[in-house]
Amino acid sequence: MLKILKYSFYDLMRSRWSYVYFLFYLALGFVLLFLNQDLSKAVITLMNVIIVLVPLISTIFGVMYFYNSKEFTELLLAQPLKRTSIFLGQYLGVAGSLTLSLVLGLGIPFVLYGLFRSDAIWDFSLLLVTGAFLTMIFTALAFNIALSNENKIKGFGYAVLMWLFLAVIYDGLFLLSLIIFEEYPLDSFSLAATTFNPIDLSRTLILLKLDISALLGYTGAVFKSYFGTNLGLFVSLGMLVLWTILPVWRLAYKSKRKDF
Amino acid sequence: MGYYNRHLLVLLFLIGNSLWAKTITVCPDCKVKSIKEGIGIASDYDTLLIKKGTYKEFNLLVDKPMTLLGENFPVIDGEDRGEIIRVVSDNVTIDGLFIINVGTSYTTDYAAIRVVKSENFLIQNVVLEKLFFGIYLEKSNHGKVYHNKIVGDAVDEYNSGNGIQLWYSHHVEVDRNIVQGVRDGIYLEFSDHITINDNESTNNLRYGLHFMFSDDDVYTNNTFEKNGAGVAVMFSKRIRMVGNTFRQNWGTAAFGMLLKEINDAEIIGNTFEENTIGINIEGSNRITYRNNDFINNGWAVKVLGACYTNSFEHNNFLYNSFDISYNSKLNDNKFENNYWSNYTGYDLDKDGIGDVPYRPVKLFSYIVNRTPETIVLLRSLFMDIIDFSEKVSPVFTPDNLLDTLPLMKKAE
Repeated sequence: MLKILKYSFYDLMRSRWSYVYFLFYLALGFVLLFLNQDLSKAVITLMNVIIVLVPLISTIFGVMYFYNSKEFTELLLAQPLKRTSIFLGQYLGVAGSLTLSLVLGLGIPFVLYGLFRSDAIWDFSLLLVTGAFLTMIFTALAFNIALSNENKIKGFGYAVLMWLFLAVIYDGLFLLSLIIFEEYPLDSFSLAATTFNPIDLSRTLILLKLDISALLGYTGAVFKSYFGTNLGLFVSLGMLVLWTILPVWRLAYKSKRKDF
Repeated sequence: MGYYNRHLLVLLFLIGNSLWAKTITVCPDCKVKSIKEGIGIASDYDTLLIKKGTYKEFNLLVDKPMTLLGENFPVIDGEDRGEIIRVVSDNVTIDGLFIINVGTSYTTDYAAIRVVKSENFLIQNVVLEKLFFGIYLEKSNHGKVYHNKIVGDAVDEYNSGNGIQLWYSHHVEVDRNIVQGVRDGIYLEFSDHITINDNESTNNLRYGLHFMFSDDDVYTNNTFEKNGAGVAVMFSKRIRMVGNTFRQNWGTAAFGMLLKEINDAEIIGNTFEENTIGINIEGSNRITYRNNDFINNGWAVKVLGACYTNSFEHNNFLYNSFDISYNSKLNDNKFENNYWSNYTGYDLDKDGIGDVPYRPVKLFSYIVNRTPETIVLLRSLFMDIIDFSEKVSPVFTPDNLLDTLPLMKKAE
């Protein structure tokens, strides 16, 4: 598995797209910091970018890579190799290189602008951790979609639809249900609903850092214990881990049974 | 000016008196062993020098003009039995005492130092611990409460008292005090012309500062931090609030400052940082907000109706979750020349003022007012999209509520 991981990783490191991705974040970081010298404001803008763009890019990149390397995968399948190690190796290669691009691309400008001397460092690290998680989750989801669909166009379509659903539509439905059922006690429901969407989960994590004062304005014991203590942080992080493990597990499971 | 002249006169008078006033020393090994005894034998304008030691006394009645001066903070231990010092005479100075264990009662407001119907008092350098009420001024005017430290251990509102309380007292200066862990740090009721400067009121159960029916008061450069509900200014006229800091007042009913039925006030150069609500305004008219900084609050300003002709100028709204929240469609307040960190407009003619008006009220804040649980959707892409559509054509938010001249750079 490690060999395949290494191969995929180096393959991607040499490929143009990793550089484009890396340069994009690098440019974004520098431009943001150039336009406003204030680190904490840049962190807020970056948050919007991370919870929207990182899932989108990971999804598309994941699907693209899977379809593109299909012939190579089939070649590998002919060798005496375990199927899980082939697919997991490829997955980790893609997710790893994307994460690396993200962390380096954003990390370098912020470090140069004096991150270590600023108190925004914890917010920023949290941002990178959530970004890494989102990359892992959405690459895994993309691999799952690609594995289940032989048709490239269909696969792409589903992948983009999944992103659209989780990034926008889910929140719309969520809001609608909150407004329709506003006469009922909804605090547990609303907290539970955020855990079923990795983008909402990462948003919650970042909100805990940036908007804690607004979150504590809501009257409700459940909210108070969730956001007021470390419970929210641990639950969100735990759910993110779960969100990473489940698609990866399904990937391994499906790949063993699939007929190529 | 007349006020200062009067002070000067008092000073001269005291100096004149001191020529024949004598000093009585109280210490555990002296001839005079208790403070009560000392007060008893003192004549007018004498000084009672209290040496270091512990004095288990309460219900001390100071009924003549005199000075109680502590040396190296002598401890007066009330043993939870009631009030400690009651001043009923003009021209009394209390300086340098350490008072602990004031009695708690549900029927009487026991205080560590109570001043009743007296003038020209000075209470300074006093440390109060384990108290019920701290310094209680009752119908006493022209005095000064200076540089005291009050550390309470209040747990419940119903059986705790206030740090410094003024009741029907006018022209009093409350300066450089540190108040923490009591119910209300500083409480004013029916007290006019009070100045409150450079105090630190932190970690109090309810309010850091609480005004009721007190007009023409000024408070400057105070710090109010981590109080249960921040600062409440209610039913008062012509208050001036300058250069104060309100920080980290978190909770469901916590505000940096709560304004209720306040008219003609000036709020200038204050900092509101990391509060659930920076300023909560209700039924307050003709207030000027200028040069204030609102940083990282949940809601910078929450307007709850019946607020007319207020003006917000040259304020900085930085990284608040919501800048302004309204619960109605009506707006009669003016927003001009403020800096909004969420402003996305441009300035083509380079005059430092954005060419596109800024709308500080978001549709999302309207939704959160209606269904509070939706707060978990803060900063989601979907919300940004509907906020944008509301910005383009306002339906739910007051359409005349906008800053037509938003600043491009932070106001100095």
